[in-house]
Amino acid sequence: MSTPKDYVLEVEDLGVSFDGFKAVDGFNFYLDANTVHVIIGPNGAGKTTVLDLICGKTKATSGTVKFKGKEMRGMREYCIVRAGIGRKFQNPSIYENLTVLENLEISHPAGRGIFGCLLFRRTPAIQQQIESTAAQIGLQDKLDTEAGILSHGQKQWLEIGMLLMQEPEIIMLDEPVAGMSVRERTETAALIRRISANRSVIVIEHDMEFVREIADRVTVMHLGQILSEGSMETVSADPKVIEVYIGH
Amino acid sequence: MAFFRTLFKTRGEAVSFACFALLILVILPLALPVFRLNLVGKYLSYGFVGIGLVLLWGRCGILSLGQGVFFGLGGYCMAMFLKLEASDPVTTAIQSTPGIPDFMDWNQLTALPKFWEPFHSFPFTVLAIFVVPGLVAFLIGWAMFRRRVGGVYFAIITQAIALILSLGIDGNQGYTGGRNGITDLRTLMGWDIRSEHAQQVLYFICVLLLLGSALFAKYIINTRFGRVLMAVRDQEERVRFSGYDVAMIRTFTFTVAAMLAGLGGALFVLQVGFMSPSLIGIVPSIELVIFAAVGGRLSVVGAMVGCLLVNFSKSAFSEAYPDLWLYLMGGTFIAVVMFFPDGLAGLFTKWGTIKNRAAALLARFRPASATTPNASQPAK
Repeated sequence: MSTPKDYVLEVEDLGVSFDGFKAVDGFNFYLDANTVHVIIGPNGAGKTTVLDLICGKTKATSGTVKFKGKEMRGMREYCIVRAGIGRKFQNPSIYENLTVLENLEISHPAGRGIFGCLLFRRTPAIQQQIESTAAQIGLQDKLDTEAGILSHGQKQWLEIGMLLMQEPEIIMLDEPVAGMSVRERTETAALIRRISANRSVIVIEHDMEFVREIADRVTVMHLGQILSEGSMETVSADPKVIEVYIGH
Repeated sequence: MAFFRTLFKTRGEAVSFACFALLILVILPLALPVFRLNLVGKYLSYGFVGIGLVLLWGRCGILSLGQGVFFGLGGYCMAMFLKLEASDPVTTAIQSTPGIPDFMDWNQLTALPKFWEPFHSFPFTVLAIFVVPGLVAFLIGWAMFRRRVGGVYFAIITQAIALILSLGIDGNQGYTGGRNGITDLRTLMGWDIRSEHAQQVLYFICVLLLLGSALFAKYIINTRFGRVLMAVRDQEERVRFSGYDVAMIRTFTFTVAAMLAGLGGALFVLQVGFMSPSLIGIVPSIELVIFAAVGGRLSVVGAMVGCLLVNFSKSAFSEAYPDLWLYLMGGTFIAVVMFFPDGLAGLFTKWGTIKNRAAALLARFRPASATTPNASQPAK
């Protein structure tokens, strides 16, 4: 066994129950640095709940969530974000009335406090970070476009870009390619590979082709528990996984 | 210049602000007799609450039906100072305990209550006008927003607080003046505030402070904080997961709105000369929201215009049809919410958009050869 320090994120025995119903139970999860770790599973398996537990949106009833050896469970959401865990929601949540540039700027960590906000100025360094992030998500020509009129795929990328602005060490993406065209999927896969060069990415996804393209490691969930874990090949050869997917 | 641009994002904003400033700073004082001008000053003191509501309700999406509380707290702080000054031992020599406010004497109090003592000091009073409403708002806001109480629940709780405060003041006549309020206020540090000259001076003080507060609000709206406020209103979860403390942002905004309301209350007392619980209960608190809604809850200038407009029509209509007035005002509120939710200021902006759209549509029907050269080479 490796020492705890080897993992960016260590989740042990994580569980939550809603009125006695155990949505997630005894969940163990270890995330390596600079990898793309995909969580798959049938509907209702508890995948989104796991992300909610890690980022503090839902309070866990048992277990530990350690980020670089530090306990995150019980911390407020914004503190977890500031520690370095970013979260993207399933539906694109961007600020529709603001421009792409303003969306990215508002996500920059400088000036998150009240007075920091009031005195915030866009320095050349921030401007440059905004531009390079926009280039990374392919929206460099849309900086002054109102975010509300972007296409669905572009909105999803913008939200990923907003996460990148925070320079988190872990990015969690909930079904990033849902509703995207084939071309947009390919580009998103390339984007995820690119951003995992210097950070870890947790992705929840249904689309097996897409998973095959991006995943370094796959965890299969079923009924709130882990069914199987390993590389895409190992997992897809696992009889338990086949049974759950085909028997569904 | 950069600072100017922070205050006014578009030329339209600067022009509307300048027009309004011209109206209340020059035109109205020249056109109206002092009695009417004093009325305008009274309406403008509600404008402070309106500005606060633009930040709180329009920008941050929090509807408070208890702004009268903070207006009242600021007003009572001012009134207590003025009342103490009006109750010197010589003037009140016929009371059984000279030197205390008359209503205390009527209620058999024989000494000034402890919490009245500091209001002998003018600097303390000025500080209290901001700190008391601010502190109350901070505590209420912190308790509620931490627990993620919002929307209708927040509105109901603030309304309940307005009721509690007005009943509390009403029921403690000896300490607060009860239902009659604190009346018969005469001088501010020896200066007779009831004279015509004083009323004119106070009007201009009120106007300058109002315009200053409006610029302050505009500054807030156009900084990153203003964008975060709208973001909290529209995408609360996203803001939280961008690392912002949403509860703190809401609490801060509520506190700022309360301090502005407190300042408005104090200026109200100086110009009108009394303060009573009838000004801070449920109905006045809702009226304050109506002023902002009619003028436009997104626009600082709109909210101030709303206060003037609704109050002018209130005094005009209630003189002619005293029984119908409340129905008319309720009807106006419903109509505004249903047909133009962004108020008069919203209509103004919408008119601009409609004009632009119409122009764009016309341009499309013109022959291409006629429009393109004009667009690319305006010098031609």
